[in-house]
Amino acid sequence: MAREFIPLGDSALVWRLPDSLAKVRAATEKLTAAEIAGLEEIVPAFASVGIFFSSPIDPEASAREILAAMKRRRRRARPAIKPRTIEIPVCYESNFAPDLEAVANHCGLSPNELIDRHRKAHYQVRCVGFTPGFPYLSGLPKELAMPRRATPRTRVPAGSVAIGGSQTGIYSLPSPGGWNLIGRTPLCLFDPQRERPALLRIGDRVRFRAINAEQFEQWPA
Amino acid sequence: MASLKVLRAGPLSTIQDLGRRGHRGDGVPLGGALDLHAARVANLLVGNPENSALIEVPLGNASFQFEDERLIAWCGGEFKPQLGPENIPAGRPIRVQSGEELIIGPAGRGCRLWLAISGGIDLPVILGSRSTDLRAAFGGVEGRALRARDEVALGTSASLSTSARISSWSAPVEWSRTSSAHPMLRVVRGAEWEEFTDAGRTAFLNTPFTVSPQCDRMGARLEGVKLEQNQPNERLSEPVAPGTIQVPNDGAPIILLGDCQTIGGYPKIAHVITVDLPFAAQLRPDDVVRFREVSRAEAAALFCARERDLERFRIGLQLRSS
Repeated sequence: MAREFIPLGDSALVWRLPDSLAKVRAATEKLTAAEIAGLEEIVPAFASVGIFFSSPIDPEASAREILAAMKRRRRRARPAIKPRTIEIPVCYESNFAPDLEAVANHCGLSPNELIDRHRKAHYQVRCVGFTPGFPYLSGLPKELAMPRRATPRTRVPAGSVAIGGSQTGIYSLPSPGGWNLIGRTPLCLFDPQRERPALLRIGDRVRFRAINAEQFEQWPA
Repeated sequence: MASLKVLRAGPLSTIQDLGRRGHRGDGVPLGGALDLHAARVANLLVGNPENSALIEVPLGNASFQFEDERLIAWCGGEFKPQLGPENIPAGRPIRVQSGEELIIGPAGRGCRLWLAISGGIDLPVILGSRSTDLRAAFGGVEGRALRARDEVALGTSASLSTSARISSWSAPVEWSRTSSAHPMLRVVRGAEWEEFTDAGRTAFLNTPFTVSPQCDRMGARLEGVKLEQNQPNERLSEPVAPGTIQVPNDGAPIILLGDCQTIGGYPKIAHVITVDLPFAAQLRPDDVVRFREVSRAEAAALFCARERDLERFRIGLQLRSS
């Protein structure tokens, strides 16, 4: 088990796990509950968890201590973290979805069929990264996959719902981006002043709900 | 409350401190001063807590005016800041009079300096830090670089009655002057070290790389021998950190710095050791840099020694001021 803890620089380890949301969440919870000396931060990703320390470590000794600390952690009954389902309103109209037609063509579907399949699917947040609050979602129907654009855009509006390969996500900030834009949400994915700055976090279930342009413009801030 | 007036802002001066911890799971980068050690030292020199906010000035061409009397100190590259006709050396507390202007010309060598002011920069703490997150546009001054005519609020400064104009004592020069004519960054192997070809690994540790123009607070892209993998493949993104040296498919390595993304999908050939991050923070386009491998034990020992020395320095400063 210790060999799954790979050093990252001199002050961190990456715990490599199977590509499974359940396993990443379980590992994150075990690490959080354990009392690990010198631990600074835990950062989950798709199939790994970053374990950051405040000073350099001996990776092997550290891995052993982590395993021991996780074994020792108090197994008190904690209320299970209920998965949240977040509904994301999306406007799929052409002004908000510059690549929708291209994606539909690529997938051999009409735009309406694409929209229908996209919004009916059930998604889950696998990882938050790229920019603050940017969610990588699993659950994109296979037939909607589309490779990234050959030339990324220099600026993608915040809230853009996008497809990159077999992944889908929502740009949380205006940024350069190479994914295909099929809609936009008026929701704010990241606000550092909010109690929970990132709207979405790992494990959240996500559904998309179509809205029209008027509803988009009038969405409360 | 007294403030610092920005007369000239320079290309991308920002307010920074020791960065944000605890939010990388939300994709919020560590950020902060790209040389955390220089920031701590500069703050200690002026009697501030180590994590006080200060100003990071890349490439110079900035000037600031002090409304009231302050102690200042700077650490970083080969700059020649001046108060009037006087050169202001690095690594020493300097007493500035009300109304004086600090002029920072272009750097002779190196890329950045960190300027601490007694009392610290007084701006709201957001997600645990006053650092500027330029990408997400929050923190520091309105989430942006400084501009001419900004007035930056300063905290209350302790009395300076016993301070000399230029203090006769100083921080170790290794801490306050961190640019080098021949930067050599010590590294430990990265997770994907074995996936690079022998030729690639040998080239990485034995040939020079030139810093490309793609060089900013997120990272420095290098040009040189292409580093090839045995079997390039797509991989899932994993956590990365400042110091990580990742290699995209074009074979050109990138040293990640403080504003880097929290996860990355490129193979990681190596990682700059913590005590050498200050030197990575001095790289600018056209600089030539080399890498040298050290053991993890050595990386840890170097860090411990530096922390011990910093603790002694802290104690020494306290004794002087008591």
